[in-house]
Amino acid sequence: MLLIKELKVNVAGKEILYGINLEVKAGEVHAIMGPNGSGKSTLAAALAGRDTIDVIHGSVKYMGEDLLEMDPEERAKKGIFLGFQYPVEIPGVSMVNFMKTAVNEHRIFQGKEPLSAGDFLKYMRERKELVEFDSQLTNRSVNEGFSGGEKKKNEIFQMALIEPKLAILDETDSGLDIDALRVVANGVNALKNKDNATIVITHYQRLLDYIVPDFVHVLFQGRIVKSSGRELALELEEKGYDWIRAEANGQV
Amino acid sequence: MANKKDEVIREVTQNEYKYGFFTDIETDTLPKGLNEDIIRLISAKKEEPEWLLEFRLKSFGQWKKMSMPHWAHLKIPGIDYQDIIYYSAPRQKASPESLDDIDPELRETFDKLGIPLDEQKHLTGVAVDAIMDSVSVKTTFSETLAELGIIFCSFSEAVKNHPDLVRKYLGSVVPYTDNYFAALNSAVFSDGSFCYIPRGVRCPMELSTYFRINAANTGQFERTLLVADDESYVSYLEGCTAPMRDENQLHAAVVEIVALEKAEVKYSTVQNWYPGNKEGKGGIFNFVTKRGICKGNDSKISWTQVETGSAITWKYPSCILKGHNSIGEFFSVAVTNNHQQADTGTKMIHIGRNTRSTIISKGISAGKSQNSYRGLVRILKNAKNARNFSQCDSLLLGNKCGAHTFPYIETDNSSAIVEHEATTSKISEDQIFYCNQRGIDTEKAIGLIVNGYAREVLNKLPMEFAVEAQKLLQISLEGSVG
Repeated sequence: MLLIKELKVNVAGKEILYGINLEVKAGEVHAIMGPNGSGKSTLAAALAGRDTIDVIHGSVKYMGEDLLEMDPEERAKKGIFLGFQYPVEIPGVSMVNFMKTAVNEHRIFQGKEPLSAGDFLKYMRERKELVEFDSQLTNRSVNEGFSGGEKKKNEIFQMALIEPKLAILDETDSGLDIDALRVVANGVNALKNKDNATIVITHYQRLLDYIVPDFVHVLFQGRIVKSSGRELALELEEKGYDWIRAEANGQV
Repeated sequence: MANKKDEVIREVTQNEYKYGFFTDIETDTLPKGLNEDIIRLISAKKEEPEWLLEFRLKSFGQWKKMSMPHWAHLKIPGIDYQDIIYYSAPRQKASPESLDDIDPELRETFDKLGIPLDEQKHLTGVAVDAIMDSVSVKTTFSETLAELGIIFCSFSEAVKNHPDLVRKYLGSVVPYTDNYFAALNSAVFSDGSFCYIPRGVRCPMELSTYFRINAANTGQFERTLLVADDESYVSYLEGCTAPMRDENQLHAAVVEIVALEKAEVKYSTVQNWYPGNKEGKGGIFNFVTKRGICKGNDSKISWTQVETGSAITWKYPSCILKGHNSIGEFFSVAVTNNHQQADTGTKMIHIGRNTRSTIISKGISAGKSQNSYRGLVRILKNAKNARNFSQCDSLLLGNKCGAHTFPYIETDNSSAIVEHEATTSKISEDQIFYCNQRGIDTEKAIGLIVNGYAREVLNKLPMEFAVEAQKLLQISLEGSVG
């Protein structure tokens, strides 16, 4: 589904990723971990097509196509979803209107009829239950006045409506209490199937108790320095990142 | 990113003006220029009574003594008042009995504008007075309304058929001495709408006037007078468009509203005069005086305006809150683009006790335009417990435009509570990227965000027009929204 080769990117003229290699197949869950400033969010943003990020080397193939050639909205419509670390407020635009526009853009792209307001509301109710999203929030403006936890749950709710092929969740667990964390994780698990894939970017292993990854990668100083199974996350939890740091520095 | 967004904004904000066509019809036109003879001619053409001619001549005398106001944040090129035609009318039967009496060209023009003169075809629940240049072409549903005692007709007809009402209220809210453009209008006004809602009647349909400037070199000077008697209610809407021309054209209207005891008037405007081209050539000079008086106790006047057109807009729909417990409201969205300039806002004059006013103003500036809010909240000595809340927001698209706020507050009664809030913001890259990531392209994202920003005001428009206004906002700023 996703094949990243030797990806190097700059942000504001400074090199942040020094050559990332990663393959994600349908049905898989990958966790990307690493200390602050290691380039995790930059990788997510690069995949979503944020244009503050300059790709200077390497390639990214998504479903056999050159992902780097596509506009952000094209990537989105082809199934890439980014769960934002800091979801953005859009005052005056109701969640219903926002998501109806988004869902219908996807539908039109897929050659389907756009949903009428009535059908959309019905669909929204269904999806809301799936991810235990508070019904009050959909009547409000996009993320406006939402608490930190509500914003993160809202990302998962949007993901449930859009049903992406590849979801990239950027620190969706940060700032969540244990109940909210469970809701977010349950949502992600409920949406998981053999045809889609998830990249979970996280700082802590805590989330991975609920969303069980097939692979864990450690990103450090712009490189993936270690990849392994789930046990790697537990090891990191126990030992922290210092040994990774030591190992990585030893290699250089 | 900044460049790309600016590009999209530039692209989407430069859609062609949809209503720029010109209808070639035979007209009855007076020569250019302004003098007593012209005024006498206008009055004679309209077969006006002596008192009205006198009113015009007095106004003209006043106007000659006055000079153009220069306090607004506008650059107004010199206007040669002798180079303007003050009367131009499509040639047709004086008062068309049926649709067949109306020139098919004219009917087609209004059809094209989405304002069919055929009652069958029209939006149900909306009566229209269609005005082209200096005269009213047709008023729909007049008979239906008359059954309830509601008078809705062109101003000229009102002068003929209801002279007492016109004489009683004309100039009672906006005297001809009020300002330069009001004096000019009082001297040369041609047509407009007149509306009277009798005591205790709730007008069952939206009343609306559609203004169309068609002839070249012609000024449009319409006059609207709306009287709501005790315990009555009316919702009124006006819309306006004009052909694209390289020369500027002058539009100086006066609107007067009188709300008697417990009466409520909702007045909505969707202003889409030709704004000029991308380089700022041509467009309408829109110098308008609109004012309502809450004369009776417990009365209410509510102004809602969506201003997207005109090269220059100078307009302050205001409320005089004379009756105790009366309420004044002003909800405004003003969009300026390219080289447009707008200086618009309101005046809330609190005279009676327990009077309340609300001002919500949303300015949106794009291109190289200048957009100013100017408002006055005045609490007079006897206005005990008066309250005002004002909120003025500005949204900037791009970095070559300007947004300005000039709020004035004058309070002579210490029991008054006056609140003013103001914000200035830009559409952020983050907001656009967030929309993009959900599959919404930048053009649609801007439409969505702008409409969200203006929603509070758009919600105040009558249902039938809210959708129209929403579309218009997007057309003025960009293509479309999902």
